[in-house]
Amino acid sequence: MKIHLKVWRQRDNDSKGYLEDHTVEADEHMSFLEMFDVLNESLVSEKKTPVAFEHDCREGICGSCNMVINGQPHGPQSGTTTCQLHMRSFNDGDTIFVEPWRAKAFPVIKDLVVDRSAFDRIIQSGGYISVNTGQAQDGNAIAIEKDRSARAMDAAECIGCGACVAACPNASAMLFTAAKVAHLGTMPQGEVEHTLRVQSMVKQMDLEGFGMCSNTGACEAECPKEISITNIAMMNRSYVGSVLGSEKSV
Amino acid sequence: MELKSNTPEGPLATKWEKYRGTMNLVAPNNKRRIEVIVVGTGLAGASAAATMGELGYNVKCFTFHDSPRRAHSIAAQGGINAAKNYQNDGDSVYRLFYDTVKGGDYRSRESNVHRLAEVSRNIIDQCVAQGVPFAREYGGLLANRSFGGVQVSRTFYARGQTGQQLLLGAYQALSRQISLGNVEMYNRHEMLDLVKIDGKARGIIARNLLTGKLERFAAHSVVLATGGYGNVFYLSTNAMGSNVTAAWRAVKKGALMANPCYTQIHPTCIPVSGEYQSKLTLMSESLRNDGRVWVPNKVEDAQAIQRGEKTALDIPEEERDYYLERRYPAFGNLVPRDVASRAAKVACDEGKGVSKTGLAVFLDFAAAIQRYGKSSAISKGIQNPSEDKIIELGEAVIKEKYGNLFQMYEKITADNPYKTPMKIYPAVHYTMGGMWVDYHLETNIPGLFCLGEANFSDHGANRLGASALMQGLADGYFVIPYTIGTFLSKEIRTPKIDPDAPEFMEAEKATQANLDRLINIKGNQSVESFHRRLGKIMWEYCGMSRNAEGLKKGRQMIRDLRAEFYNDVFVPGEVGEFNPELEKAGRVADFLELGEVMMMDALDRNESCGGHFREEYATPEGEAKRNDEDYAYVAAWEWDETEPRVHKEQLEFKDIELKTRSYK
Repeated sequence: MKIHLKVWRQRDNDSKGYLEDHTVEADEHMSFLEMFDVLNESLVSEKKTPVAFEHDCREGICGSCNMVINGQPHGPQSGTTTCQLHMRSFNDGDTIFVEPWRAKAFPVIKDLVVDRSAFDRIIQSGGYISVNTGQAQDGNAIAIEKDRSARAMDAAECIGCGACVAACPNASAMLFTAAKVAHLGTMPQGEVEHTLRVQSMVKQMDLEGFGMCSNTGACEAECPKEISITNIAMMNRSYVGSVLGSEKSV
Repeated sequence: MELKSNTPEGPLATKWEKYRGTMNLVAPNNKRRIEVIVVGTGLAGASAAATMGELGYNVKCFTFHDSPRRAHSIAAQGGINAAKNYQNDGDSVYRLFYDTVKGGDYRSRESNVHRLAEVSRNIIDQCVAQGVPFAREYGGLLANRSFGGVQVSRTFYARGQTGQQLLLGAYQALSRQISLGNVEMYNRHEMLDLVKIDGKARGIIARNLLTGKLERFAAHSVVLATGGYGNVFYLSTNAMGSNVTAAWRAVKKGALMANPCYTQIHPTCIPVSGEYQSKLTLMSESLRNDGRVWVPNKVEDAQAIQRGEKTALDIPEEERDYYLERRYPAFGNLVPRDVASRAAKVACDEGKGVSKTGLAVFLDFAAAIQRYGKSSAISKGIQNPSEDKIIELGEAVIKEKYGNLFQMYEKITADNPYKTPMKIYPAVHYTMGGMWVDYHLETNIPGLFCLGEANFSDHGANRLGASALMQGLADGYFVIPYTIGTFLSKEIRTPKIDPDAPEFMEAEKATQANLDRLINIKGNQSVESFHRRLGKIMWEYCGMSRNAEGLKKGRQMIRDLRAEFYNDVFVPGEVGEFNPELEKAGRVADFLELGEVMMMDALDRNESCGGHFREEYATPEGEAKRNDEDYAYVAAWEWDETEPRVHKEQLEFKDIELKTRSYK
């Protein structure tokens, strides 16, 4: 199959970006990134600079890959990362636009590679349970209802790719932040710090320059792990409760 | 060179306890002055950096990724072993120790493995305390499942994303230490050289991948937790970025690479579909709890399937060969990985493969769907359920257990594994070999430690399922925080190491020259094309089965390929900029040297054991034939451009009797 690409090229964050045209001979069994490998091999063979894009595990779990494909983060297939998207989702002769995540808090590094270290700083602000190695009691000391643990797991599946931010018209990081707040807050081990955790993480999220949530639901729709927007509701409830109902604040 | 394991004296079961009770400690006021570098942020690196930060050391931590959370531990699916015996099914520390040594075909160090089994229990407790959402029973207690090569249920799991959840636990612990200022985190930094001063490891040269500039980092001690080297085969289940570079650069500074030929070929991966393919995807071993492996009895049926004229469903029950259940009745579909992989190869070599290429076998869930469907109907009180109802209920149970794996399979292959059996084939997955370390996890270079998949110590010639996560976290949370103290307690009078010392300046200069050399070759072939060719040589001559003639030939081919690489590779762009092609070029250059040593190691080992199968050394039934008399040693290789040399550590088995490994 013949694919026409319009790929975003940008030397660095200070340079102006542009869309570059390429045509690639692809196979329907190829993954989207393997199609990019083919493109890059041909660029290298012409002694041109290959397109920089982020990728690693290529099995949908590391959260590295991040392409906006025809306007949709990770492309047209729901619940799928770019690396798990296959060319059989496209037709011979299609023109495909490929762009980086676009958000103030995710500056472009080169071409399709952006800086997502803001997510690390949100986790560093409180996305953990304060337990040192060696302080733990027996793993079965606290029984946790199966459904409750499963709910925590649903939120914990977030891969930190940032599609939620890229999808949001406000470039909000609410879904990412809420997923961690919900995961830890749902587990009994995480309850102790829940109040302060919500406040610190929301504060850091705001400091990083992410926008506000206006409930468009785009984040949930584009999330490759289908993390539910109800996590945001939970975080909002906890946030209001922690600000109004608690003496603690950050 | 004499290799001393430095295993403490005394009975096996109390060595570790005694060691911890009597080792020299570093007082808190001294810890504040001591610096430690940790390279790698997978399970081993992140847990080590976090724990040493908690203890009060000044830690600098490095990853080439954009975030510590991306390390390939994240992709581990099935689970983590621990000798908790929550199931009351006969498990114990000794049994986990025994299973691991036996599973490794008696080529690991007893004392290290016993310690691993001991601390396995603490890992689960620690992870639960961090909020890892492990699978649970209805009573709210932790659930377990079985993995290959054992007869108990000791594997803890979080759906098919256990590695992700454990890594996020370690990443969060690390993030907490970063926020407290105990760990300085360097993302997008790749270690390119080890710096030694007076024979001790005192720092690293790292390339800032964003600017392309080299930077010097000094410390009292260096810990490498940089993962395995499976990508030497080009196609593997490793992530695209997984590489041997940090470890290999240390080897080039005098560290030893032990047992490099021990490679794990995982039996259940999605088969190769085309030349463009960039990596292979694992289907968790946990699937063999419920999936049955088979090929058609008759070659004609297999050929009809290969041509697309028949499907699995056209082959009646009596025409199927459930070859693992037939050959290994005691363990059935849950034989260890090396055994299952070789059996799949035998079936395909007989012409019974079931894909277009003839290189695939079936993994069938129909029987499990029936079994679960019926028991689910009973528990729901449904009398005389229809066939459709049984299948519906059974599929729901399978979905709950393996849903994300089935979904991943369907995304990649466009086949529905609930309705037709999966097609699977073995692929390179894990490397048991790695840097030689002693009981302290210290290499032969004083002050240089190595953890996790990057070292060689615990899995012998074959790793059992769900033991990689266990080892990574054992090393990082519970071993290195103690054993590094033995070295550092002698360093409390050593002042801060100066990163401008001549040794650092020289190492930086040499590293820069190496980068300049790669970019200035300006040849005609891509880095990728060299990597692909290397992978084909490795798979052909040093893959699932090996022989002396092929290994000699393979070695020469790699030497030729290396010469060609340095003559004709093309690396675009500049050194002083963000340049992923240059990063890859350096990694492939290292693989081109490692590959040669792997061939030599496989040739040196005139026996078959675990993942190392030499065609000349097999029993009449085609099982691996070990030679304990002559080869019960660790082969630790010293790099030399013209002729690498082997050093040997004799393995002693005091608590386990060496037996022929049988799963029949």
